[in-house]
Amino acid sequence: MTAAPSPDVLRAPLVVEFPFTRSLGPVQSAFLTGLRERTVLGVKTAGGGVLVPPVEYDPVTAEEIRDLVEVAPTGTVTTWAWNPAPRRDQPLRTPFAWVLVKLDGAATALLHVLDAPGPDAVRTGMRVRIRWAAEPTGAITDIACFEPCEREDSGAAAPHDGRFADPVTGITTPARLDYTYSPGRAPTDYINALAERRTVGERCPSCRKVYVPPRGACPTCGIATAERVEVGPRGTVTTFCIVNLKARNLDIEVPYVYAHIALDGADLALHGRIGGIPYDQVRMGLRVEPVWTEGGRYPDHYRPTGEPDADYDAYKELI
Amino acid sequence: MREIAIVAFAQTGHRRRTDELSEVEMLMPVLHDVLGQTGLKTSDIGFTCSGSSDYLAGRAFSFTMALDGVGAWPPISESHVEMDGAWALYEAWVKLLTGEADTALVYAYGKTSPGEIRDVLTRQLDPYYVAPLWPDSVSLAALQAQALIDAGDTDEPALAAVAARSRTAAAANPHAQLSGPVPAGDYLVQPLRTGDCPPVTDGAAAVILAAGDTARGLCARPAWIRGMDHRIEAHSLGVRDLTDSPSARQAAERAGAFEIPHGLKGMGGAPFVDTAELHAPFTSQEVVLRKALRLGDDVNVNPSGGALAANPVMAAGLIRIGEAAARIHRGASDRALAHATSGPCLQQNLVAVLEGES
Ligand SMILES: [Zn+2]
Repeated sequence: MTAAPSPDVLRAPLVVEFPFTRSLGPVQSAFLTGLRERTVLGVKTAGGGVLVPPVEYDPVTAEEIRDLVEVAPTGTVTTWAWNPAPRRDQPLRTPFAWVLVKLDGAATALLHVLDAPGPDAVRTGMRVRIRWAAEPTGAITDIACFEPCEREDSGAAAPHDGRFADPVTGITTPARLDYTYSPGRAPTDYINALAERRTVGERCPSCRKVYVPPRGACPTCGIATAERVEVGPRGTVTTFCIVNLKARNLDIEVPYVYAHIALDGADLALHGRIGGIPYDQVRMGLRVEPVWTEGGRYPDHYRPTGEPDADYDAYKELI
Repeated sequence: MREIAIVAFAQTGHRRRTDELSEVEMLMPVLHDVLGQTGLKTSDIGFTCSGSSDYLAGRAFSFTMALDGVGAWPPISESHVEMDGAWALYEAWVKLLTGEADTALVYAYGKTSPGEIRDVLTRQLDPYYVAPLWPDSVSLAALQAQALIDAGDTDEPALAAVAARSRTAAAANPHAQLSGPVPAGDYLVQPLRTGDCPPVTDGAAAVILAAGDTARGLCARPAWIRGMDHRIEAHSLGVRDLTDSPSARQAAERAGAFEIPHGLKGMGGAPFVDTAELHAPFTSQEVVLRKALRLGDDVNVNPSGGALAANPVMAAGLIRIGEAAARIHRGASDRALAHATSGPCLQQNLVAVLEGES
């Protein structure tokens, strides 16, 4: 097993992070509001079983179910797994057990975590109770965890109307995933060349097209490209648009021009910003060259070269 | 029903990481391999369907870039599922059954190394009650394993034996990532040890399907798909019996696994297959599947080593079907069951029954 990363390939941390905002159905809303109020609700199916956590539709019959009941904050472990190394976003910082818990009065089990000193203190069938979070928000994490308890099964569920003041109607759950991104061989060559202020594409051995930036394959022929070809630095604006929206975190005055630019020798236009010319004077066929900034790994923008405009026939296939 | 067969299969040499390859660079050789086996060109293929997930490498719309490896110009008839490639194969099979195409290219890839697969897979869970707790894939499998142990269906030595048998078998599989003696290791999440868990894998696979005489012309011994079905269980783990897999059994029944093949005499009850390729990334899941599918000791289970030997997520299920088909192609099997799974604790299951002609 070769776990060591190869040294010649570019890599960079990549964080994908987004908060999901979700609205709740009436049963979910009652359940999560109930947790905020330290009350656990279940829902009765037509067969009379109580589902905890409750759902909007019967998982067997697909029937809409709305008949809420309150169950106990105590229950019995139906299965467990000891996690010696908690991961970043899991509920407890210290080693814990994952548990499925059948709360007293419920027919189904809830997934959560159990705070226990070690795996020897956990077994299927053990009695546990909810430890509530200090600052409840109306989320499954209002149950901070379960903890061992001695109390006997407290029996049946009691009807509940599911009504609370100021019900929770939605949840926002942040999600963050961390990656180490590597672009692959062809994009690595391209990015490394750019750092030396050269633009390198790759030629398809079959159709002879030069792709910039290269991704390692000719999308028309479905075969690997390998022959490196230096293109540019000059190129032709094949088409463009005038941007009037100010992008967040982008220090560029609007309006500005964003263009497709066919670098000399390339068979595919890449895109870039046009500067050094009033936005309303940019045109198709305009000849441009890259402008590099100190330390930049790619051109900051492209500016006119002052050459006569390219003839339409010279770039019409690249639009 | 139209006769459809798998006529070619290829997979990468599976590895822990492939930083030097983009997804398309990793995938392209297996596409060329299956096309080369059949002599077909992209333009000869009636339908193309792929399976992958952008979450694995964190790369948005990676499946559109993977299409670069197909050569999708002039435009081809194409589809993609954000699932294991086994489900892409199912879609392609249905497409061929309708008569709209005579050949199909199916591929799948998973570049698992850039991310933390245990965390990534939490994002497929119920977003209201489960995903906010970030229960990782190993932890959920461990809950299932403990339930099996409590039920008396297995114990830790039996699980270790599943791991050892799989990785011993994998020694004969040149594509395997983990083979031969692999230590049982420490508990990753008790009761599962590192040896009970699949490796983290980058890899890809491709299959070509063809109908009727087209299939006979492309392959000396096509692997005929006699039936295929997939079924899903409730998403809430707490409403399921984790020691059983009624969805896998139902899919197998509907795929005809328990029917007596034409020309054979025998008793019903157990599936009439000599080989089963089961998509069980964790040792405990093989226990569940053997029980649910009523597989006897006479069935050769996972001669490839299974997902315990290489687990390119999103391709590992398709590879089970491909491995079963490849055994039929080379005469090592006459009737095989191939299985793929998706979701936590075998939530969703697909079963195909493959047959060779004598
Ligand atoms: Zn080409």
